[in-house]
Amino acid sequence: MTIKVIALNTFKEAVRDRILYLLLFFAALSILVSRILALLTVGDRAKIIKDVGLASISFFGALMAILIGTGLVYKEIEKRTIFTLISKPMRRHEFLLGKFFGLVLTLLVMLALMSVIFLALVFFHTFSVEWKMLLAILYIFIEVILITAVAILFSSFSTPILSSLFSLCFYLIGHFSWSLETLIKKIPAGIFKVLAQIVYTILPDLENFNFKTEVVHGLTIPPQVLLYSAAYGFLYTVFILSLAILVFRRRDFI
Amino acid sequence: MKTVLAIENVHKFFKVGFIPKKKEILKGVSFAVAESEIFGYLGPNGAGKTTTLKCILGLIFPDRGKIEIFGQPHLEPRAKERLGFLPENPYFYDYLTAREFLDFYAQLFRVKKNEREDRVASLLNLVGMGRARDLQLRKFSRGMLQRIGLAQALVNEPSLVLLDEPLGGLDPLGRKEIRDIIIRLKAEGKTVFLCSHILQDIEMICDRVAIIVDGKILSQGPLTDLISEKILFTEITLSGLAAKDLAGLGESLSAHGGRTLIKVFHEEKIQEILDLVKNRNAKIHSLIPRTQTLEDLFVEVVKSQ
Repeated sequence: MTIKVIALNTFKEAVRDRILYLLLFFAALSILVSRILALLTVGDRAKIIKDVGLASISFFGALMAILIGTGLVYKEIEKRTIFTLISKPMRRHEFLLGKFFGLVLTLLVMLALMSVIFLALVFFHTFSVEWKMLLAILYIFIEVILITAVAILFSSFSTPILSSLFSLCFYLIGHFSWSLETLIKKIPAGIFKVLAQIVYTILPDLENFNFKTEVVHGLTIPPQVLLYSAAYGFLYTVFILSLAILVFRRRDFI
Repeated sequence: MKTVLAIENVHKFFKVGFIPKKKEILKGVSFAVAESEIFGYLGPNGAGKTTTLKCILGLIFPDRGKIEIFGQPHLEPRAKERLGFLPENPYFYDYLTAREFLDFYAQLFRVKKNEREDRVASLLNLVGMGRARDLQLRKFSRGMLQRIGLAQALVNEPSLVLLDEPLGGLDPLGRKEIRDIIIRLKAEGKTVFLCSHILQDIEMICDRVAIIVDGKILSQGPLTDLISEKILFTEITLSGLAAKDLAGLGESLSAHGGRTLIKVFHEEKIQEILDLVKNRNAKIHSLIPRTQTLEDLFVEVVKSQ
């Protein structure tokens, strides 16, 4: 109940923040620009539009999560609004989870808006509503949820600028860590292979949530892969949130 | 009398500096606040007033000691159900309107929707903010924030209200209004814990006080016990007498415009002065006996440190 009240207030806070609309504007612009890119390409123009459009949704979704998420908890401490909140009958994890779900709700609405623009643009090219695009967007949403948790974790002990930087690193590392997997396959067995294996296990692999290519090219995705990715996202998010709660629980608000 | 807030031997250390060094902010603070009293918690800046308050509210964790609210450990959500708190220089969600803001806090206390509307409206009226109900808090002046902050502290109809400098940033009229509200809270049977360094206000409304200096409570008790009723000296303003006539009767403080202000320490001297005035056809403008004030006590306690 307390979590819900804080989440709804966080949603209110986020949708009254101008930065959200700036990002939404650029996201829309980026999706629409895919139309121009498509004109410049030889071949299947609709594919370019889908590819660039989905990439824009993914990138701006993550950016929204990072830029708003890193400020959420920090601002409460900095502006001392947290004083009156924590002194109410609530536990600290309820506060943190409320903030998390509030931002997730905001991002859901934003992704929905971007999807509408995207699907409309695709419709003008193919004259059909391509519902299967939503599968790729669903996994983008799962990725964005994880990034939100990461942003909130950093925000609970660090300044917004540093947290944004850390979260951005998490995002970038997450999208390149798959190359480690390739490396592991290539190097001979030994200490380095084990080391690489350990590093790969710890580092996030956000490519698990990337089904853009499959969806755009109409490839079939085995259900167990979908299930694995969803479980990976869920467990990683729970892990990061637990870490955030652990940090936040014993913190002094001076 | 039932104890609603008990603090026992609370210690708090903070790490300060680049190479962290432990600094003790609270050095074993103990006091108890009884039901339906106004308890004043005084101290100079940096003495540990707000730190104590933050320990009570669970914003920071004491390193040692015990805090109980209504007989329960202070971190229990149940202990906070009947607690109201107004922080110093309150900052609130500036994107909310006054009504939304109070409604949000009422929801945190699980007040039902139909009840919330009435309560928010009556609180806004209580603090004189009825007209600003649909204004975003970012447009509020400091005094307005202070008032809305007080309304927020009362949203759950608390039995214990903790106020940190509730009269700061208010004009004299606003101070009087807030003071009246505090007195009304007491009349309704609520307990008020008041941190302040505006001693005049505390003196006017508090039943008991504790003075904290450098992390230690130096003096506490009922105001009437701490401050003696004895007359310390009498200030007399008179005209028509020369300075040499008054020699030996009291300490001459100032003399201008034909008026002399003297400070008299002995009662028999006052009578002598009055006789002198009568005989010489001089004039008395005022005669004010001064008893000890909270300020005198405060200065005395702080200086003794």
